[in-house]
Amino acid sequence: MFTRTAIAPLEYTRKLWMRSWVGLTMLFLYAPLIVLMIFSFNDSKRNVMWKGFTLKYYEKALNNDSLVEAMVNSLTIAFLATIVSLVIGALAAVMLWRFRFPFKGLVEGTMSLPIIVPEICLGVAFLIFFAKVDWPTDLPWPLNLSAITIAHITFCFPFVAMVVRARLASFNNEEEEAAKDLGATEWQAFRDVLLPHIKPSLVAGALLAFTLSLDDFVITFFTSGPDTITFPVKVYSMVRFSVTPEVNAASTILIVLTVALTFVALKYQGVKGISDAH
Amino acid sequence: MTETKQPIIQIRNVSKRFGRVTAVDNVSLDIRAGEFFVLLGPSGCGKTTLLRMIAGFELPTEGQILIDGQDMSLVPPNKRPVNMVFQSYAVFPHMNVTDNVGYGLRISGVSKGEIRDRVAEALELVKLGGFEDRMPDQMSGGQRQRVALARSLVMRPKVLLLDEPLSALDAKLRAQMQFELADLQDKVGITFVTVTHDQDEALSMASRVAVINKGEVAQLAPPSDLYEYPANRFVADFVGSVNIFEGTLTLDEPDKAAVDCPGLGKVYLNHGVTGPHGANVWIALRPEKIYLHVPGEGKAVRAAAQDAPDGHNLARGTIKGMSYLGDVTLYDIHLEGGQIIRVSRPNLSRHDQDDFTWGDKVSMHWRADSPVVLLS
Repeated sequence: MFTRTAIAPLEYTRKLWMRSWVGLTMLFLYAPLIVLMIFSFNDSKRNVMWKGFTLKYYEKALNNDSLVEAMVNSLTIAFLATIVSLVIGALAAVMLWRFRFPFKGLVEGTMSLPIIVPEICLGVAFLIFFAKVDWPTDLPWPLNLSAITIAHITFCFPFVAMVVRARLASFNNEEEEAAKDLGATEWQAFRDVLLPHIKPSLVAGALLAFTLSLDDFVITFFTSGPDTITFPVKVYSMVRFSVTPEVNAASTILIVLTVALTFVALKYQGVKGISDAH
Repeated sequence: MTETKQPIIQIRNVSKRFGRVTAVDNVSLDIRAGEFFVLLGPSGCGKTTLLRMIAGFELPTEGQILIDGQDMSLVPPNKRPVNMVFQSYAVFPHMNVTDNVGYGLRISGVSKGEIRDRVAEALELVKLGGFEDRMPDQMSGGQRQRVALARSLVMRPKVLLLDEPLSALDAKLRAQMQFELADLQDKVGITFVTVTHDQDEALSMASRVAVINKGEVAQLAPPSDLYEYPANRFVADFVGSVNIFEGTLTLDEPDKAAVDCPGLGKVYLNHGVTGPHGANVWIALRPEKIYLHVPGEGKAVRAAAQDAPDGHNLARGTIKGMSYLGDVTLYDIHLEGGQIIRVSRPNLSRHDQDDFTWGDKVSMHWRADSPVVLLS
């Protein structure tokens, strides 16, 4: 046999049980996704047996106008909701971090409410709200997405605020004071010192908001008008008849898209920034 | 020392209260241009609050601060002609050394060429030439502090404020930086105001020291006065180490005085005290001003034994503890009166520390001008 050095007490990564546990976790997390992706290339109408490789379901999915429309809608909503959530969430976090004011605890509590409240309740609430204010449903694209976008912003921005606030906790106040001491105005100090510090959390918050918005089904279902459809809702309606490889293909495209986006965001930020403590 | 007619900083009856806590209590003091001024005090005494009020990060609850004759009450920190070196240095972690040092010039719209020249000059001044492209996380604490120093000096402020500048450095580096800071101040001619809790730092660097206790100025004096002529027990005890004995003033004439201390015996002084006869006073005696002898040895001891008011004072005791510090040895001596007195003895030759040991009976004497009489 080949020789091995003995395993030291803290070298967990070299222990068999640890490795198997990590392997199992990975399997649990990713096996369903991998199966879904593999079967998108399956040359069969049903998703049970492997019959051979094909790309025809990708062709079919991309030629399915309502599916493409749903995809474009979803991405548009996610994009808008992310931008707005980022601004509101970051501002809310900075406000809660910096200032003391009456009922601060209450403001903080109500702000994180959308995270806690069951989605179904939020969905019903939005349905009633938009009906009550008589929100127009027959607007041209992209204004027909406004109701859904507003609803998405509501449940996305608390996540951004939470991430940004956690990051702010590690900020050294003296850095901002130093900037002002050197002549910076309030805004310059924010731009040059605070913003660079919270940038990693803004990237993380944006990714979080984007994915949350992209795959939301419940709230979207309740707030979408009769003629607007998003990707998850469309997939749901397709699956009601049968799970065809077309759905797999569309899902795979979505996965690749989000993974690519995450990759770009991390690349741009530098992965170090996310885990970096100072 | 150069003295202008008008002090660069005038602090007038300044108080600062946080809720019910009074951090600074009716402080008035003037800082002269070109001075190395130190605010010395224990933690929580309000010295940092005072510094932050000069910088503009806190507003006085009462009173007024004038910088170069201008009232600063309504002037925000970014408009004040002072710059601060923070305790944490607060170097911007996402900028390299050049960008850090040039930041203040950049936002005030100085031309690129001038920024380059002044940054280079400032880095040269703090001996950081060659570090231009380093990021702060690639530097040691001492180097980061130099960046913070350069970043402030490059602005050419009227006053440079330093908040505990040496507290995070190790002992050797601290001693070196003490000299360098004093040297730097000499070179740039800017007024330095430093906050510290370390008396060595204050004594070695300052031209004048304000000792702060509980938000008030306990004494304002040059370092040697502070050490040799402390104004009260707090200053005597806080600056250096000291033996303090309570006593009664029994004799007070222009050229001599005597204090009767129950713990130490009668202490004679060769100068007047100007206190009421029979007043309760304290005697402060520095450990290094006491000579140690084996009883009955040496002429001085015999002379002192006569209790002559104009000679040396004498006391006897037993050594209870000693600690050898290399350059000096400290002895804790149990006096016949029951109290403990500390004596430090320089180890002038290699085996001096072997002269005395635990349990030895010793006699001590000190000059009649060595003790300080404190009225509070």
